[in-house]
Amino acid sequence: MSLIKAVKRFKKGVLDENPIFSQAVALCPVLAVTTSITNGIGLGLATLAVLTASCLVVCALRRFIPTQVRIPCFIVISATFTTIVRLLMEAFLPSLNEALGIFIPLIVANCIVLARMESFAAKQPPVMVLFDSAGMGLGFTGALAIIGVVREILGLGTMFGITVMPEAFPRATIMIMPAGGFFALGFIIAGLSAFKKRRA
Amino acid sequence: MEKPLYTVTSTPHIHSTDTIDKTMRYVLLALVPATIAGVVFFGLRALMIILISIAAAIIFEVLFQKTAKRPVTVSDGSAAVTGLLLGLVLPPAVPLWFPIVGAFVAIIVVKQLFGGLGQNFLNPALAARAVLMAAYALPMTAGFFEPQGLYNWTDIDVVASPTPLAIIGSEGFYPAAADFVAAFVGNISGSIGETSVIALLIGAAFLFYKKVISWHIPICFIASAGVFVFIFNPNMLALYHLITGGLMLGAFFMATDYPTSPMTPMGKVVFGIGCGILTGIIRLFGGFPEGVAYAILLMNLTVPLIDRYVRPRVLGTKRRGA
Repeated sequence: MSLIKAVKRFKKGVLDENPIFSQAVALCPVLAVTTSITNGIGLGLATLAVLTASCLVVCALRRFIPTQVRIPCFIVISATFTTIVRLLMEAFLPSLNEALGIFIPLIVANCIVLARMESFAAKQPPVMVLFDSAGMGLGFTGALAIIGVVREILGLGTMFGITVMPEAFPRATIMIMPAGGFFALGFIIAGLSAFKKRRA
Repeated sequence: MEKPLYTVTSTPHIHSTDTIDKTMRYVLLALVPATIAGVVFFGLRALMIILISIAAAIIFEVLFQKTAKRPVTVSDGSAAVTGLLLGLVLPPAVPLWFPIVGAFVAIIVVKQLFGGLGQNFLNPALAARAVLMAAYALPMTAGFFEPQGLYNWTDIDVVASPTPLAIIGSEGFYPAAADFVAAFVGNISGSIGETSVIALLIGAAFLFYKKVISWHIPICFIASAGVFVFIFNPNMLALYHLITGGLMLGAFFMATDYPTSPMTPMGKVVFGIGCGILTGIIRLFGGFPEGVAYAILLMNLTVPLIDRYVRPRVLGTKRRGA
């Protein structure tokens, strides 16, 4: 019974309560790094790792963290895992680490991580927390990948760095500039809500 | 039944005969001289760009309103005006699909997504030009050529020639090189509809005559731009700046767009001076040779603020401090 509930929770994180397309949170890194698909997925997976690990730790410690100082505690926990992820990326994925730059350390202050810890991990049993953070993390990664696909194809004519559009296809430089991030995000959200409206 | 002696209605009793259709038709008419001048100087290719631009604007408006299940208001002519203005601000040698992308930005993104006619916070045609400029900088800056005559269907790279403002921007100003007559008639390199000052003035005179626009914005815009350029270059350059680039087209036809300009005369004066000074700053000190489009777009964003601070005094209330 609880597994069904957990799977539902997971689905909610990916689709209905998608952190980007439905909640519209953590937009700063989204707009900054989705100039290519690789960067988008990279930041998404890094966030997924930090989110899942710190939510599980918060969940395990939820009876010991004093309510008054819970936010500093959450930050210390997520900072720990962010540091681990950053060091691992520096060692094994140096080029991706360089492309993402400041946005890897900034996962500490990512509002998806904080929101899930505060509103879910600190109140729910571990299995639910695992599925919730995995769903949210994958939803975030998927959203980054979709925006990355749109921007990379329109702006550079490539996918994962490989040219997919013919030379004659004009590259719209604006799509890999910050403004293009807003355009892509806005149109995707508009499309999704139109789709939802039609289905409902 | 006896016919009533009086028809009793509430105010207002005096109705203006101005309608959106009529205003838009006047604007279209006023743009005809500039359009003809553009086609005469830059050839049938320019006409093609203008026609594609108008058609695309109308089609996007219909498509969006049908898809969003809103009443289709394309017959009011506002989409046609936007399309025509977009065509006129494009360089004559841009690829033929440029106006289609531009019309998409102008009609769908800037106009319809914000609520349609009267709700846009930016001038649609200029916003589309700015987006095209940001997206495809090379064709937009290299799309200019010297006027070639009516039957010209030339390719871009054969005769590409920078605009006078671009030359001033990169090489400094040589009064001898400035051909005032050519710039006044429109026989210079530039966007399709912006070069012929005389044609634009004819159109503007018509709009003044029909009271579609008031003098505040255009005069303040042009005068303040001239004064600004004159302060930093006290010579003929100031005058030459006024008749080249998009200043005339922008001041008379773009900055006066109703939804994106202030409502009160005082607000219009502030708006016009702001446009003029920004144009001067961008032209003299900015990275781009031409700044009219960006000046108007920036001032568009300040319109709600201007309207807030220059409210007219309500009749019968006290003046502040009096």
